[in-house]
Amino acid sequence: MDIFAQQLVNGLVLGSVYALVALGYTLVYGILELINFAHGETTMMGAMISITVIGAMVGVAPDLPGVIIVLTGLLVAIPSCMLLGYSIERVAYRPLRHAPRLAPLITAIGLSIVLQNVAMLIWGKQYIAFPTTLLPQGRHEIFGATITDVQIMILVLTVTLMLGLVTMVNRTRLGRAMRATAQAPAVAQLMGVNINAVISATFVIGAGLAAIAGVMVSANYGQAHYHMGFLLGLKAFSAAVLGGIGNLTGAMLGGMLLGIIEALGAGYIGALTGGFLGSHYQDIFAFMVLILVLTLKPSGLLGSKSVERA
Amino acid sequence: MLEALRGKVWLSAGLLLIGLLLLPFLVEAGLGKSWVRILDFALLYIMLALGLNIVVGYAGLLDLGYVAFYAVGAYCWALLASPHFGLDLPFWMILPIGAAMAALFGVLLGAPTLRLRGDYLAIVTLGFGEIIRIFLNNLNSPVNITNGPQGITQIEPVNLFGFSLGKTQEVFGLTLSSPHMYYYLFLACVALVVFVSMRLENSRIGRAWVAIREDEMAAAASGINTRNIKLLAFAMGATFGGLSGGLFASFQGFVSPESFNLMESIMILAMIVLGGMGNIWGVILGALLVTMIPEALRYTGDLQRVLFGQVFIDPADLRMLLFGIALVLMMIFRPAGLLPSKQRKRELAEEAP
Repeated sequence: MDIFAQQLVNGLVLGSVYALVALGYTLVYGILELINFAHGETTMMGAMISITVIGAMVGVAPDLPGVIIVLTGLLVAIPSCMLLGYSIERVAYRPLRHAPRLAPLITAIGLSIVLQNVAMLIWGKQYIAFPTTLLPQGRHEIFGATITDVQIMILVLTVTLMLGLVTMVNRTRLGRAMRATAQAPAVAQLMGVNINAVISATFVIGAGLAAIAGVMVSANYGQAHYHMGFLLGLKAFSAAVLGGIGNLTGAMLGGMLLGIIEALGAGYIGALTGGFLGSHYQDIFAFMVLILVLTLKPSGLLGSKSVERA
Repeated sequence: MLEALRGKVWLSAGLLLIGLLLLPFLVEAGLGKSWVRILDFALLYIMLALGLNIVVGYAGLLDLGYVAFYAVGAYCWALLASPHFGLDLPFWMILPIGAAMAALFGVLLGAPTLRLRGDYLAIVTLGFGEIIRIFLNNLNSPVNITNGPQGITQIEPVNLFGFSLGKTQEVFGLTLSSPHMYYYLFLACVALVVFVSMRLENSRIGRAWVAIREDEMAAAASGINTRNIKLLAFAMGATFGGLSGGLFASFQGFVSPESFNLMESIMILAMIVLGGMGNIWGVILGALLVTMIPEALRYTGDLQRVLFGQVFIDPADLRMLLFGIALVLMMIFRPAGLLPSKQRKRELAEEAP
């Protein structure tokens, strides 16, 4: 088996998840210039809710096809997370829109702690298993790498969602309102755009994508955990910064790149450092990339906005 | 008239000092022995928070990886005063080495990030903190430096003038246990940090930091060397962090990467934002609240027993949830903190729409 090809496949799948979560960060940042630290937790909630629903479905109707059961889990998780995203904005961020800049950051962190602990109280401290046997188990060989059916589904779904989102932002009324609000909120409001509704919609869309990413990542690894959202969120944010925060294409590119860098890095770091550093350094790459990008090209790969913000 | 006022100030300062000196005894009598240790940790966190206040509160450089310097100081101490490398350097040698190492890391972090501000700086520093933690966690093979996730044990306690603070000692007929003695050491350190912070606030350097915080371009145009002044802020903040880390290591007798995660950085930041950034007394209040509240929330178990006759949720699981809720509520109702500094209050009043 070819390590390079295999790690490339793993990296693409990982990158899809990062990209979907990164879109949520970038959408919100583009409009509010706020890092929604609780976004990673929304992803985790998506995973947890879907696993619970899937478990219940298996109990109630074990004869249904597995894909339908998983899809039901997804279809419950998405609106639940959307509601969560809406409430987060309403309760925690809207009252603070004119507060000093650090206040919403601390609120976001507080929310992230709250959501983690709520999840811990509901689902416990253990890893909970995603019943991966419900999904097709096929494995395919391409260019010396193995790719599973689940991984193919993740890739296809991600690409579809991304195309859908880009079309939505560029072609629809809501998309135009979003772009206008990101550019100049005050002017957009004068032109009759309901800014509060647009901001709510942004949070809701981001949360929906996060829910899907959460289901994907738990289906891919076969488990979920109340703490999983934190690191995932940080990495996805790194991806958004890498691509140029506020830029949709950038978030997708950044996510994919980061996934690939991480997978290849983990695969080769041992050989490159003569065994001094091993694959357990995998988590370091996202942060290394983040620091390098921000110090060399602070606007990210595709970003153009100035960094002069306090 | 003035004489009388001066007399009053001295009197209240004297009373405060006596109060602080008696505090561990009162706490032990009132709340029990474990609270003396909590008090010690609160003092450590005050030191940390005041150090971070220099970087965030004065210079306006948002640092989310502050715990990295705490870790550097702690591991410095752990490696130089434990059987791990067979070294047993005395207190007065480790102190400057630990502080210098932390300051070096402060400059290392500061140098590449000079162009960044706000959220971007926050994220880079956060990444820096995580990288340090990942290294601490993994530098145990092939060469064992940090002993990995197990951490380093049997760290020597502080030894001052032939007094080991790790053992119960008799002083002037008083029996002082280890947490009591560390309390007085930490209290002295906090007093020193408060003194330095107060002097800095009204010095040329302090004013330069505020100038950079408010408008970097204008500050540069007024002849402030923004690069050096920013690096100085990082280095000074890091030094305080490193010193607290060293004291923490010797107090605990044990360090592991667990103690230096991102949550810790966030907690320290929460202390200064909650208390009131840039204001020394606000920061101290914030540090006390953030260390004490989660400890006090341990008693929710008793509360549940009184209210419902049984414990439904383990208080250990509940307290972080309540802490998170408190954080959110505090920010919604007092976004500028409990005791905002006068200057910032004025600025906020002007900014309000």
